[in-house]
Amino acid sequence: MSSSPSSPQQIVDHLFRHESGKMIAVLTRIFGMHNLSLAEDVVQEAFLKAVQTWAFDKVPDNPSAWLMTVARNKALDIIRRQQHFQHLSGELTYHLQHTTESAVRQLFLDTEITDSQLRMIFACCHPALKEEDQIALTLKTVSGFNAAEIARALVTNEAVVQKRLYRARQFIKDHDIQLEIPSGWELAPRLQTVYTVLYLLFNEGYNSLKADELIREDLCMEAMRLCLLLTAHKVGKQPATFALLSLMCFQASRFDSRVDENNAIVLLQHQDRNTWNHDLINLGYRYLSQSSQGDLLTIYHIESAIAAEHCLAASFEDTNWRRMLQLYDLLLQEKPMPVVYLNRAIVLSQLGHKNEAIKEISTIPGIEKLLHSHYIYSAVLGDLYLQNGDIAEACKYLTQAQHLTVSLAEQQLIREKLQRIR
Amino acid sequence: MKDFMLIFTNGSSSGQLSPEEMQDNMQQWFAWIEKLKASNTYISGEALLPEGKTVKGPKGVVTDGPFAESKELVGGYFIVRAASIEEAAEIAKDCPDLALNGNVEIREVMKFDNM
Repeated sequence: MSSSPSSPQQIVDHLFRHESGKMIAVLTRIFGMHNLSLAEDVVQEAFLKAVQTWAFDKVPDNPSAWLMTVARNKALDIIRRQQHFQHLSGELTYHLQHTTESAVRQLFLDTEITDSQLRMIFACCHPALKEEDQIALTLKTVSGFNAAEIARALVTNEAVVQKRLYRARQFIKDHDIQLEIPSGWELAPRLQTVYTVLYLLFNEGYNSLKADELIREDLCMEAMRLCLLLTAHKVGKQPATFALLSLMCFQASRFDSRVDENNAIVLLQHQDRNTWNHDLINLGYRYLSQSSQGDLLTIYHIESAIAAEHCLAASFEDTNWRRMLQLYDLLLQEKPMPVVYLNRAIVLSQLGHKNEAIKEISTIPGIEKLLHSHYIYSAVLGDLYLQNGDIAEACKYLTQAQHLTVSLAEQQLIREKLQRIR
Repeated sequence: MKDFMLIFTNGSSSGQLSPEEMQDNMQQWFAWIEKLKASNTYISGEALLPEGKTVKGPKGVVTDGPFAESKELVGGYFIVRAASIEEAAEIAKDCPDLALNGNVEIREVMKFDNM
C-alpha cells in the first residue's frame, strides 16, 4: 500500500457506474448485441478485479484507463479462446489473429468509446420498444444501474423492472438489433426517440417526490450526462440536443430549493432564488445560445425558454408573464397536451385572468377523467377557485387532490391550504 | 501482542452487485484498511485471484479450482496484530463484506519461539 496514512484512497463518485456503460458499449460492439450478457459478465469481472487490486494494493493513477485495459484484455482472451483456426496454415492463423486483435484494440480508443456509447443509446432507445422498456434498458446498459436501483429510481418493484429488461432484451435478440448509428432520413426520428427517453428520465427524477432523494438526483444527473455525451458526438451535436440540455440545467438549478429541511415542498413563489445553482443557470444559458443555430424550433427550445424566464426573474412577482403566455401559446401548437394547457392556465391567472384560467382548465380535452386520476389538475383548479374567493369549489377540488396524490409532501401542502381556508 | 490471519470468504466476489454498490464496497475497504493502519493493527494483506488449482492425494491429481464449492471462495487475507483472538474477532467485525454475507475466519499465527 502506498497511499498516505492520513487520508483513505478516493476515486471519483459514480466512477464504476459511468465506466460500466462505456465498457459494456465497447464490448458489445466487439461481441455483438446478441452477446450483451457476455459483455456484462466481463465488466463485472473487471470491477471485481479492481475492488481487490485497488483495496489491497493501490488505486492506479488513471482508474478509468486501468478498467478499460482489463476489459480489453479479457475480451482478447475470450476471442483467442473462441478462435479455432486449426484447419488453416500457421501463417494465415497468425494474420487472422493479428487483424482481429488490432481491430479490438482500435475499438478501445477514446474516440471509438464515445461512438460505441452513442450506438448503445440508439439501440436501447429503439423506437419499436415500449417507452418503459427503453428507459429500463438505458438505465441498465448505458447507466450501469441494476434492477433494484432502477426500481427504486422509478418507484416500482424489482420484478416489474426485470420483466421490462427481459422483454427489451428479447426484442433485441428476436429482431437482430445491431449497434449502429442511424444515418440519412432515419437519423432525425431516431434522435427524437432518444430525446424523449432522456426527457422522461430527467422528469422521473425531477418530479417524483416519492422516490428517495439520492437516487432521484442520480436519475437527473444521468439524463444530463447522457445528453452531454450526445453533444460530444458529431451525430448528436444538434440544436435540439443543446436545447434539451439547457432545459435540464435550468430545471436542475432549482433541485435543492424545492424542498425544505423537513422535506416539505417549497413552491416556486416561495423559493429563495439565491439558493438556485447559478453555475447550472449559466450553463443553461450557454447551451441555450448554442441551441439557436439553425431554424428548427423544437419543444425543448420552447420549454427551455420558459425555464430560462423563471431563472431570469429576480422574484416570482417580477416574472415576465406576458412573455410566458407567448411561449405557452407557442408550446401548445407543438405539444397540445393537457399539462401544457394547465400551465398556460396558471400563467393566465398570474396575468389577472382568473375566470379565463378556470375556463381554460375545464375545457381541456378529457378533463373529467384527469381530475379524477391526476392530483395536479384538481390541485391547480382548487387553487384558482381559492384565488377567486370561491371557497366551496376550492375545498372540493383541493380535497380531491389531497386524496389523489401519493406524495406525503404534496398531501401536507394541500392539507395546510385547506386548514387555512376552513 | 500476537499475529492473526483474517481470511475473507464469499464476499464481494460473489453475487450480483451493481457497479455503484461495488464501488461503495471498495471505498469501505479503503477506509477500513486505513483505520487499521492508523492504529498499527494492520501488518500485511493480499488478495487472491478466483482461479486456481488443487493437487490431491498420493497420486497428485490436479483439478481446477482451489475450492469444493464456489461459495467458499477465499478472496484474500490480512495479517493483523491484536492482544487476543477476541480482540482480533472485534477487528474482523468491521469487514465491509459481512454486509454482503461474507465470512471472516480468524486464526492465530503460530509462533515457534514460544514453544
